[in-house]
Amino acid sequence: MNTDVFGSVAAGRCRCSISCQEQILNVKISGEIDQAGAAVIREQIDRAAESCLPQTLMLDFSGVHFMDSSGIGLVMGRFRLMQTMGGELLVTGASPRIRRLMQMGGLDKLPIFGKNPIHNNPSRQL
Amino acid sequence: MKATNTMTLTFDSLPVNEGFARSAVAGFFAQLDPTVEELCDIRTAVSEAVTNSIVHGYRYSQGKVRMTARIYDGRKIQIIIRDTGCGIENIEQAMEPLYTTDPEGERSGLGFSVMQSFMDTVRVTSAPGKGTTVTMQRVLSPLAEETQQE
Repeated sequence: MNTDVFGSVAAGRCRCSISCQEQILNVKISGEIDQAGAAVIREQIDRAAESCLPQTLMLDFSGVHFMDSSGIGLVMGRFRLMQTMGGELLVTGASPRIRRLMQMGGLDKLPIFGKNPIHNNPSRQL
Repeated sequence: MKATNTMTLTFDSLPVNEGFARSAVAGFFAQLDPTVEELCDIRTAVSEAVTNSIVHGYRYSQGKVRMTARIYDGRKIQIIIRDTGCGIENIEQAMEPLYTTDPEGERSGLGFSVMQSFMDTVRVTSAPGKGTTVTMQRVLSPLAEETQQE
C-alpha cells in the first residue's frame, strides 16, 4: 500500500497535512480558516490533486476551531475541482458551528457529507 | 449614549491581520465575560468585515484598516471597521447573499450575510473612491449571576 505524503503547509493560523493513498487524497485541516489561510491551502490541495488524481478528496475539519465564509469558498471550489476530475469530495469532522456556516452557503445541498455517520465525527457532537 | 470603554486599532490591510483583528476584538470584549458562542459570533463577524476591507476595499493593495470597539451600558457592544479603499457603488447589491465581485478568488459572497446573522444590526456606509465603514452592534446575554438575581 503506497502512501504519497505531500507534506504539511501552514498559513498563518491555518495548517493542513496532505497525503494520498489508493486514490484517496486525505487533507487534514487544523486551526483557523480565514481568507488568508484558505488562499494558501487551496493551492496546496489543488497541486496534490493534480499530482495524485484521486477518486476521492477527503477534507477533514476535525482540527478546525474557527472558520469564516472563506471556508465555504474553499469547500465549494474543491467540490468543483473533483467534479471536473470525475471524482467526489467528502467533508468530515466539521463541528456543529462550522456545519451551520456551511449550510448558510448551501453546502448541505451537495453530496459531500457522506452517509456513513463516521464522516460526521460523532466524538465532536458530544 | 456614551461608551463606558473604547478601543481603537489601526493596522495594515494584510491578510495576516484578519486573525489579529479577531483576537484583538475577542480580547477587548472578554471583560464582559461573553459566552463562547457569543465570542465566536463576534470573531466571525469581524473576520468577515476585515476581509472585505482587505480583499474588496483595497483589492490586496496597501492601505489601513481601522477597527473601533465600544462597550455601552446594558452589555451592548459596537464594532466599527473602516477602510479608505475603493468603496462600494451599490451597497444593497453588495449585501445580497451570494453576490461577489471576486468569484475567481473563491469568495462565497456571504460576508455581509454572516455579519447580519451573527450580530443584531449591521450598517454599511460607503462612497466610491473614499472607502467603506461597517458598524455592527449586539447586546450580549446577561451574565449568569445577573439572571439569578432577577
